Amino acid sequence: MPSFAQFGNDLFTGRRQINFIGRRRTWYTLTGILLIVAAVGLFGRGLNFSLEFKGGSQVSVADVKNTANFDQRAHNAVQSAVGSSANLEVTKAGATTIDVQSKKLGNGTSADTDKVAQALAKQFGVKPSAVTTQFIGPSWGSSVTHKAIQALIVFLLLLAILLSVYFRTWAMAVAALVALAHDLFFTVGIYALTGIEISPATMIGFLTILGYSIYDTVVVFDKVRENTEEAVRSGNRTYAQAANYAVNQTLVRSINTSVVALLPITAIMVVGIFLLGPGTLLDLAVALFFGIAVGTYSSIFIATPLLVSLRHRESSIKELDRRAKAFQASQSSVLATAGGVRHTPGESASGVIEPERAKAAAAAMATRTRHREIHPLAKRDDD
Amino acid sequence: MATRARRSSGVGPRRILTILLLLLVAVYAGVAGASQWAHPKGKWTPQLGLDLEGGRQITLQPIVGKGQQVNAGQVDQAVDIIRNRVNGNGVSEAQVSTLNKSLIVVSLPGNPSQATLNALAQSSQLAFRAVIQTQQIPVPAPSASSSPTSSGSATPSSSSAPSSSSSAGATQSSTKSSSASPSSSPTSTASSTSSGANDVLPQAYRAATSASSSASASPSSSPSASSSASPSSSATPSPTASQPARQLPGARPQPTSASDTAWGNMPVDTIWVDNGMATAGETYTQLFDAFPCTQAQHAKGTPPVANWHEVAAQAPQDQPDVGCDATTKYFMGPAEITGKEVSGASWGQTTNQQGNLTNTIAVNLSLNGAGTSAFASVTQRLMQYSYQSDQNRFAITMDGSVISAPGTQSAITDGQAQITGNFTESSAKTLANQLKFGALPFSFKELTSDQVSPQVGTDQLQKGILAGLIGLALVVVYSLLQYRALGFVTVASLVVAGVLDYGLVVLLGTTAGFRLTMAGVTGLIVSIGITADSFIVYFERVRDEVRSGRPLRAAVETGWSRARRTIIISDLVNFLASAVLYVLSEDTVKAFAFTLGMSTVVDIVVVMMFTHPVLTLLARTKFFGGGHKWSGFDPDRLGARGVTYAGRGRVTIAERKAAAGAATAVEGGEA
Repeated sequence: MPSFAQFGNDLFTGRRQINFIGRRRTWYTLTGILLIVAAVGLFGRGLNFSLEFKGGSQVSVADVKNTANFDQRAHNAVQSAVGSSANLEVTKAGATTIDVQSKKLGNGTSADTDKVAQALAKQFGVKPSAVTTQFIGPSWGSSVTHKAIQALIVFLLLLAILLSVYFRTWAMAVAALVALAHDLFFTVGIYALTGIEISPATMIGFLTILGYSIYDTVVVFDKVRENTEEAVRSGNRTYAQAANYAVNQTLVRSINTSVVALLPITAIMVVGIFLLGPGTLLDLAVALFFGIAVGTYSSIFIATPLLVSLRHRESSIKELDRRAKAFQASQSSVLATAGGVRHTPGESASGVIEPERAKAAAAAMATRTRHREIHPLAKRDDD
Repeated sequence: MATRARRSSGVGPRRILTILLLLLVAVYAGVAGASQWAHPKGKWTPQLGLDLEGGRQITLQPIVGKGQQVNAGQVDQAVDIIRNRVNGNGVSEAQVSTLNKSLIVVSLPGNPSQATLNALAQSSQLAFRAVIQTQQIPVPAPSASSSPTSSGSATPSSSSAPSSSSSAGATQSSTKSSSASPSSSPTSTASSTSSGANDVLPQAYRAATSASSSASASPSSSPSASSSASPSSSATPSPTASQPARQLPGARPQPTSASDTAWGNMPVDTIWVDNGMATAGETYTQLFDAFPCTQAQHAKGTPPVANWHEVAAQAPQDQPDVGCDATTKYFMGPAEITGKEVSGASWGQTTNQQGNLTNTIAVNLSLNGAGTSAFASVTQRLMQYSYQSDQNRFAITMDGSVISAPGTQSAITDGQAQITGNFTESSAKTLANQLKFGALPFSFKELTSDQVSPQVGTDQLQKGILAGLIGLALVVVYSLLQYRALGFVTVASLVVAGVLDYGLVVLLGTTAGFRLTMAGVTGLIVSIGITADSFIVYFERVRDEVRSGRPLRAAVETGWSRARRTIIISDLVNFLASAVLYVLSEDTVKAFAFTLGMSTVVDIVVVMMFTHPVLTLLARTKFFGGGHKWSGFDPDRLGARGVTYAGRGRVTIAERKAAAGAATAVEGGEA
């Protein structure tokens, strides 16, 4: 992929820069619209919780040779086993598995579920050992949900402390947590809009998204911190420019990471959909797939822009911006003297001058200000 | 010995690699050692969880009345008792553990019968209570026509076997399955009929034991919508009318013994009031009248029958209680002997007066000292009443239901009691076992019950591994495309991480009982992406350094010092997430969090001790250090060619290459 490598190089050297920070109002608007859509899904349609949360029974018959007319046959078997086949959902999962779900089989007891299992095994001509049954009492789901929410709150608290300590600024912790909340809300919104079932495995997926989303944001913020520290030292970039440069520099990494993380998850999804049928593996994979995609989006388009929005009123940041503007004004006059090369987008967005122009400018500067005591570009060498 | 030789010759990165090798050797030596000497012997494959291995897993929830609390000590005690019972049944490799502090998870390999499972969780609160009053349960008129479904299988009184009675119940319940929980609607009592196979285990047990021989119309199998002639609907008002004066405080004669009928005028215990079965101030006589033994006796507007029986099982020992067997309702005095006073239990056929074995099966109890003297005084007291009168009898109750209520002919002073209920061999054995291993602090109901077929489990595992391999292959292809030869470092690192992960899972399976579940496998697959990301962060950093003009050897070092910080903080965040999940969650989530956390640690180890040293070594080679086209560090591809303004004292690789190209025209000519 030479073009992709070239793209990475250009982002790094500043020949090409995407103005993430400058257009932050656009991203905020876009995100706002997406979140409203998610909220409409969440509060309008609601979430589709799986059997584990509602209580009920599920019987899966594997290795069925002849699946013809499976719906009717399953109904018959259930009817003969417990006397009624009302409220039955019969589905075919994968190629050879028949799933029978019901809010209540017979008396709603695990013994009746077992009876149904035996009847289904007989009906579909498989050994009793090929049947998997699941009986879930009605109060099970609430205890799972309760635990998950508790874990979520504790995790967020610990995370806020860890990030504040590590980055030594609360703004980064806040921006990271907002991005996190966005990821979670948006992913859950996708579930509400599409009506995909939420199982306990999906809940695990949601919790993992938190870790992943933060991980992604931390990597970007680490670069932001490095760049802004350098900017403060040299005074050649505003805070927004330094942050934008960081996002651009880590963009290739973000894309690579997301692709690498999504590849195994996509593999699970494909295997899950075509071979396994619904289960822990598929539910987790689907949740992570959405979560990682959304997490990558938020670390680029929300976390860093928000960080800049939060900090740009701070007096130290204002001071840095003032210095950087003065520096860039003087530099642009030098660049104008050097002439020849066209203006690059990186100059205004990230405050980076592409190497060829920088060299030309340096040469021009050298001739023009040979007698000056201090070279105006000298600070660039400090790193 | 080979490692020692390498160590002595190596420096820096080689030493680190050696330490990693020793670590790997140590893990696998542990696995090998466990497979040789550990008890039970370890294996070379991971211990599989139930969802992959197949078997039955049930989650049990303690049944506690309002205002009662379950404490951790009681739950631990219950776990121990259940474990003893499992082992007493000869089930190997069963696991009993707690969940969410109050739930108990029992995992059994294979496909154990429902009766076995029920017996495990049975509270087994044994009590000897003196009978004060009894009442025959009227045999309900058969009213099959009231069964609203088309299936005519619900013939009441057809059979007494618990299985068929539950199918009769099934027919009814399907009429309107409006509520799945028995407590939510008092009218939907169909779910809690007879069968006992409903959520409440003690009920199931009761049905299994008491119904086994009473072939006469087992009242429990009757449909709910039967006669209104059941006494419960009309009985309540009459006693109240006749005894208003006795309800005045102080006017009640205090009971003098456990058999005293004065108990009937005492106000009921708060547990009945709290559960909505009586109003405050009502007497036990009123409670006795209202208490429904069967669905037929159940009055509309009161809690479901099952709830009455649950509360009866939990009634305080020092208070009277109401209970039923198949034919009779009993009003009983406070418990005088409990399961604690039982020192041993066995079962066998009874002998008749001639000393010959009979067909009756009995459970024999040996009482300890306190129990013996208490039993002697009880039987002496009961002798005062005429033989076979109500007050001559004592009821042996198990979890609130009456197993048997023999009359007393003579005082028993040797502490040997014999229970002859309607036992079969297996139910007698079960009861004897339960008595021997002690009573659980409370009854449990089945919250979940999953049966996983071994076939399906294996299938899941195989396909999960397939998914993992496909994912791994995709990651490998992508890294080779992106990072050229450097991609092989990624692959090698992933292999090392995989080998370490596998070893740890096997070792923990043997030493700490860790079992790999589907969620755990998923955690491992997901970690492929996270592990690979560490390499990406590292490689991108090194490339950044090359782009800004550093020679590769220096770039590897400076890139590492910057990437290390990022990798550590991001792994720390990940580890924090999995640690929180691990501590706060249960069961499947825990397994997932565990493998994710473990692979995060492995990731740090591999990046620090494998990827970085290997890259350092590779940077010394001509292929990588010289920035070969396929090395992934080619400065030309990385755009370093243009970086001629590199600052003071910096010589870029491109410049050196150009110089070398000019001098020798061997390499870098095409640059």
